[in-house]
Amino acid sequence: MATVLELPIETYDSVVDPDWCPGCGDFGVLKALKMAAGKLSIQPKDLFVVSGIGCSSNLPGFIHAYGVHSLHGRAVAVASGVKFANHDLHVVITGGDGDGYGIGIGHFIHAMRRNLDLTYIVMNNQIYGLTTGQASPTTMKDMRTKSTPRGNAEQPINPISLALVSGATYVSRAFSGEPNHMADIIAGAIAHRGFALVDVFSPCVTYNKINTYPWFKQRVYKLENETAYKTGDYQQAVGRSMEWGDRIPIGLFYKGDQAIYEDSEPALKKGPLVHQELGMNSELFDSLVEEFV
Amino acid sequence: MREATIGIGGAAGDGLDKTGDTLAKTASRLGLYLFAYNSYQSVIRGGHIWLRVRMAEEKVYSHGDHLNLLIALNQDTIERHAREVEPGGAVLFNSDKLQCDPALLSDNVLVVPLPVSTITKPLGKLQPIMQNTVGLGAAIFFLGLEFDVITEVLADTFKHKGQAVVDQNVQIARAGFDYAKEHFVPLGYEWKFTRVRRPFITGNEAISLGAASAGCKFYSAYPMTPASSILHWMVAHAERCGILVKQCEDEIAVANMAVGAGLAGVRAMCGTSGGGFALMTEAIGQAGMVEAPVVFVTVQRGGSSTGIPTKTEQADLNQVIGASQGDFPRIIIAPSDVTDAFHSAVEAFNLAEKYQLPVIIISDLLLSEHPETIEADALRHDVPIERGELVTQWPEENGNYKRFAFTKSGVSPRALPGTENTVYVAATDDHDEEGILISDVFTSPPVRRKIQEKRMTKVERALQELPGPKLEGPEDAEVTLIGWGSSKGVIKEAATLLQEQGISVNQVHFKYLHPFHASASLGILQNCRKTICVECNYTGQFARHLRAETGYSVHETILKYDGEPLEPAYIVRNVRAILNGMPRSLDVNPEEAREMAYHYIRSRLGDSLRPTLFERIPGQNGDEPTWRIELATRETGETRGELTIGVETGATYSWKPVAVSKRQGA
Repeated sequence: MATVLELPIETYDSVVDPDWCPGCGDFGVLKALKMAAGKLSIQPKDLFVVSGIGCSSNLPGFIHAYGVHSLHGRAVAVASGVKFANHDLHVVITGGDGDGYGIGIGHFIHAMRRNLDLTYIVMNNQIYGLTTGQASPTTMKDMRTKSTPRGNAEQPINPISLALVSGATYVSRAFSGEPNHMADIIAGAIAHRGFALVDVFSPCVTYNKINTYPWFKQRVYKLENETAYKTGDYQQAVGRSMEWGDRIPIGLFYKGDQAIYEDSEPALKKGPLVHQELGMNSELFDSLVEEFV
Repeated sequence: MREATIGIGGAAGDGLDKTGDTLAKTASRLGLYLFAYNSYQSVIRGGHIWLRVRMAEEKVYSHGDHLNLLIALNQDTIERHAREVEPGGAVLFNSDKLQCDPALLSDNVLVVPLPVSTITKPLGKLQPIMQNTVGLGAAIFFLGLEFDVITEVLADTFKHKGQAVVDQNVQIARAGFDYAKEHFVPLGYEWKFTRVRRPFITGNEAISLGAASAGCKFYSAYPMTPASSILHWMVAHAERCGILVKQCEDEIAVANMAVGAGLAGVRAMCGTSGGGFALMTEAIGQAGMVEAPVVFVTVQRGGSSTGIPTKTEQADLNQVIGASQGDFPRIIIAPSDVTDAFHSAVEAFNLAEKYQLPVIIISDLLLSEHPETIEADALRHDVPIERGELVTQWPEENGNYKRFAFTKSGVSPRALPGTENTVYVAATDDHDEEGILISDVFTSPPVRRKIQEKRMTKVERALQELPGPKLEGPEDAEVTLIGWGSSKGVIKEAATLLQEQGISVNQVHFKYLHPFHASASLGILQNCRKTICVECNYTGQFARHLRAETGYSVHETILKYDGEPLEPAYIVRNVRAILNGMPRSLDVNPEEAREMAYHYIRSRLGDSLRPTLFERIPGQNGDEPTWRIELATRETGETRGELTIGVETGATYSWKPVAVSKRQGA
């Protein structure tokens, strides 16, 4: 199915071209994100992209939208603050597996638990690329890397399972080899009210010689083509999230309509905080002071 | 000036906070000035809590160092504090459970046993915690306060629990008051009650109220003593004040969320203590780099590491000044009292927005948690709100919007995200005027130089509007006392006492720690005859900071790091020792030997013993002198053993369960 763009992809072109290695999976993600924004006709001024640090976290500089290129592992926290301040903005977090599933995993889990209306795209290449090839939290067991010369002794994180048990309400996976499919997944994530995870197989062509495009192409299949699969079925989603081997599912694992955090917050009832007036009237002030008398 | 200090001691869970608060509010509503300090511990039940409430006809600046009335809620309090009650004072206790050995008391101290169960019998079965209210009623009588006023305060305190609870509390207080009136005469305080209604408020509450008045819309925190009461006030008033309060998973999230909120355009603040601040530091540098206005509050407690969480100290100055990597613009403010805490919060938001940088408010446990009476007109709703250069619209014909435009002032007009035609990325990688990175592909030494200068210029500009240091007191004084942060009031009181003793003293107090008025400070200090820096830490962190900023070395320091706040007499004693050329003694003094004995008893021997006899034994054969302390049973006074503590090292050399008279060696 061809994606229909309400706004052309060039709407989101930055003056700066990506500096990723030729063939990097992140190019596909950048394109898919622009397509998704175009599909949803989001104006650049209403799109806010927050990243951490890493190759993939350079993305905000390559898209015409507001953004913060924040600290390593802290993108989710910064993005939460942005969303709290102005929930009219579409806040999208972009980063890598080291950033999100390693140093930033605490914020990731707690943001899902809160079910804030955020979209989190993790460009998962199963390696630390910017720092030249050390094992990451999603590096497969026994894989040799610069920091695991005898093979990785640790089990990889399973982001999909983790997201499902942590309360994310839109849990999905995409593959850079399928940018159109990814654009649909991302558009769904941004349109979704609640915390949306898009874990993307975004191969590192320089430092990960195992999990390559061909490796994924042989294995990935789309959940939406599985006739028995229902995206609202949590138990089924948990089961599929464990699948890893000859066949690996991509697509939308789970979508729920649980209440979002913003709905429970009285301070947001009058609209975004950023539009509220500063200063306090004397009546309220006097009543606050009176509590101390 | 008439004044009285009331001590209330008991275990955590005895409810003495409420008791002290009710007493203080009663006095405050009568127009007296209050200053209270709660010396408490990090336990929910048990442990020794020691609350002092000082009331006076004029403004007082510390809890002082006197004791006129003791309300003892447990035996421990009687034994440790009854001796401190000054002649003319009284000791109140529940005689159903406790006893007071008159040998513990100074001459002319009234012993007031209150048979609580007899007194309250007509009122039916009561909660144990209500024994406090009997003492409270009696205290109102002894102090010459008005019963009608405590009735009002109790009504306000308990109205949320219903009229029955209010009535019950009033009846109990009344019973205590009447019993005292029937059996005793008051202590003879003849107050002039002005009945001016003034706020009785803590530093944390003042910061919270200041922030709310200044338009703070976002507050994030992780629970940490002694900053938590900011979180509690904010949560309790969030809806009325339109503030989004977020408790986060850790202080890293706390700080980064505040940065995100500040960058997106709201007035954002977060609060913590030293350990949490350590986790926040990277985000503080981030705020400097992306030029996001954010207010960080750090309330110091005793360190290092987990340290003494419920005790006060001023030992995080080095951390705050050194926080985060690299040179980045920030402002550091140390409020000097409760009123100043309110205005510092307002000022912090204005500075943060005008100069687009992080502002750190550094407070301490004493300032943050002690309540005091402040002037009624000291707090105002119409505080100045200065947002600096904001871009609210940017027509396309203006060309590219440059978020980090190089300007003479260093301040680049700030567009809030969501504004048409001003799309930009704020990066922690260094960047050019438009936010394009100069860290990877497009490195540029001159752009880096100019943007670094731009950011740092803002700090120089800010300094120009920050008030400089002032010399307070006689210009040509013999001694100049230097302090920073919460110690301004207690130093002022010490200076007054020293003046009364014929020693001329003035004071220079520092609020703005960074940027620093180096030349103005040097100009003042160079003309001072003897400078003494007074601070609550081991290494003299402010004295070092002053030296770093000005090249000026103070002549002497008075340093306190036992966790208890400075008291006027402590400063006086140490100033006199310095003037007399006496080297500072680090020996364990008799009061400390008693407290060490209590520590040993409480932690290892249960609560059944108390120290009775103290004897200083000279050191022999090169050994240090020791304190020989006899411990006896509380009930019978029978000696149960002997504790030996080193006078120099404080080492506990021995505990001999059988009493012996000669010294036991190590």
